[in-house]
Amino acid sequence: MLAALEGAVTAAVLALTAIGLSLVFGVMRVVNVAHGEFYMLGAVIAWSVATSLGGHPAIGFAAALVIAPVVVGLLAAAADMTILKRINYDPERTIVATIGLLYIIQQVTLMTYGPEARPVEPPFNHRLALPWVEWGEQGLALYWPWGLSTTSYKLAVIGAAIVVLLGVWVMMTRTKIGLIMRATQLDRDMAQAFGIPVERVYAIVFGIGAGLAALGAVLIVPIQQAYYLMGADPLLLSFIVVIIGGLGSLPGTVLAALLIGMSDGIISVFFSPTLAKILATLLVALVLVFRPQGLFGTRAA
Amino acid sequence: MTKTPTRRSALKTLAATTAAATTLPMWARYSQAQTSEPIRIGFQVHRTGIGAAYGRWYDRTSQAAVKLINEEGGINGRPVELVAEDDGTDPKRGAEVLEKFANQSNCDIAFGTLFSHVVIGSAPRAGELKLPYFVVSEGHHVASGMLNRYTLQPGITDVKSQVQAMAPFVNQNLGKKVTMIYPDFAFGHDHRDYFSAATEAAGGEIVAKIAIPPTETSFTKYFPQIPRDTEVIYHVMVGPAVLTFVKEMGEFFGPSRPEIFGFIDSLEAVDLASPGLEFLEGTYFWEGNPRYAQADQSEHDKFYRAAVGVDENGASVSDSKDISTYSHMFGCWETLFTIKAGMEAAGYTGPADRAKLIEAVEAMTDMPLSREHPQGAKVFNGKTHQVFGHQYITKVTDGKLILAHTTSIEDTLYPDETDYTTQSF
Repeated sequence: MLAALEGAVTAAVLALTAIGLSLVFGVMRVVNVAHGEFYMLGAVIAWSVATSLGGHPAIGFAAALVIAPVVVGLLAAAADMTILKRINYDPERTIVATIGLLYIIQQVTLMTYGPEARPVEPPFNHRLALPWVEWGEQGLALYWPWGLSTTSYKLAVIGAAIVVLLGVWVMMTRTKIGLIMRATQLDRDMAQAFGIPVERVYAIVFGIGAGLAALGAVLIVPIQQAYYLMGADPLLLSFIVVIIGGLGSLPGTVLAALLIGMSDGIISVFFSPTLAKILATLLVALVLVFRPQGLFGTRAA
Repeated sequence: MTKTPTRRSALKTLAATTAAATTLPMWARYSQAQTSEPIRIGFQVHRTGIGAAYGRWYDRTSQAAVKLINEEGGINGRPVELVAEDDGTDPKRGAEVLEKFANQSNCDIAFGTLFSHVVIGSAPRAGELKLPYFVVSEGHHVASGMLNRYTLQPGITDVKSQVQAMAPFVNQNLGKKVTMIYPDFAFGHDHRDYFSAATEAAGGEIVAKIAIPPTETSFTKYFPQIPRDTEVIYHVMVGPAVLTFVKEMGEFFGPSRPEIFGFIDSLEAVDLASPGLEFLEGTYFWEGNPRYAQADQSEHDKFYRAAVGVDENGASVSDSKDISTYSHMFGCWETLFTIKAGMEAAGYTGPADRAKLIEAVEAMTDMPLSREHPQGAKVFNGKTHQVFGHQYITKVTDGKLILAHTTSIEDTLYPDETDYTTQSF
């Protein structure tokens, strides 16, 4: 149970981060290497909002939950308009450009926020524990810490992630902007011919993608801490998830996040965390060899 | 501090009085410039990377020590200048920084680093450059004979002696069955190896060893590996995620924790009053130098605290949330004063005397408790290039670390494993 819960928390945050990456790739065909840095920015902004507001931790956290994704989203949209648009979304050049963006964001954070890891207080945090039950020599025995022990906040993270993912899904399938995004994804030129402002759509998508990463970071930051190098791990895992799930496929991304997150949690508890990482990487290799389009991907036209 | 006015006036006088002797002023100027030029100490500092919090305080402590040395007339009448360079807590960068000190910024010696992998990565280069390299790293790699004659650790004790002195206390007062949690690299392995050996010698037993990769950010998944019959948890963690580690340990155990003994490394630069750390009340810590000013605080500690700018709770005087790395940074202070003493004993005048400086430091033995050694008395072993000293065990009482036990220097000694003095320069 503990393993599954830890895995679920990882999976929840991973799904949010990866879905942003997947959205950006799906619609824009841009491999956003700076995605992890948007995640980090979300955490750092959450810290500054939470500390500058003061008062009860819940107020700061709630404010961060709104402010951080919006700020990061706007920043990303601006980056899209000033950088990616200028290079015509050329696949190779966007990779180089986003690598540049990665270093700029990382180093600016280092210069302003500093190299420390700083904690953000969770809005609520109750320890929940169930004992481990076992038939021992003296009959039924209860072992306290070794059963299930988690905090209410971790459960809330899982819940929040599910809500947001549902929101993204509804947006993509039920709203006009979703329709426009899907149209742009299917055929950019045709969409433009039908009067869709493709460049504005791109800016919005890039913003939403980065905003989702930031949201994931705000959720995780009370569990971990805000740190200027924290973007590397989620970036790698997001790529793993997106590759396994199929680039641009949202359900595939969510499923792959669940798979990677849960296996990471369970294997880490019962074996070793290193083994979990090895298996995830192995899975990527296998997927690339046997199903290059990903589990849910469609073959590129 | 500056001798420029002296030099100018001297030159004027010389020029005015002995106009006939044309070569003399040239020679006088040369020798004068040689002796008034500052002694340049290359300071390899972790400004960024996982050691950043340590680097910030190593910097403050070293600046304070250098300021004091200069106020009191410098070394051999020459001012001291720190040439700081970021190593990014990265071994490769560390070696490059040493190279820069030796070849570009004309440093006399190099000094500074904490993290063992940076020391191990840099020391061979120091040996090749024939640059005396004074480390403040705690690692056992100096005394183990792994490095070279140019690398010395005169300001801070090594992990082996710290751990060895802790084991009897842990086994006698806390419990016999110990689970160790440590970072999975050289520093953590030192803990694992020497604590296991010392525990067995003290009649205890290590029931589990849990190694955690140094870049890990989430720890709950490791805790189920702790065996149920564990009586004592022995933890030592480093890096930016230490607070998460201790917090998650508290969440895992809740009210039913075993005894806990930790190295303060797990909480260096972290406020003990951080939310989630309440469960540490009543647990024990090793401290290199007690963070909170103790009831029997020595006048030297008081002086040192004030000079560096640390209040009685171990935080910066200008920001009570900025917690120092009090258990380690004293090593910078003490090392700089040892360098001063060494250079004075050797009559150090320039890079040509580097070997003489090392021989002078090797000849040192007793370092009594003093303003130069505020952490406590020490004994330097010239053969292994390692210093030995008192260790402190503190207990969390009402949210503060209160001294519970002080080990003797004898508790920390072990047989020599190498003799650097047999190596040629």
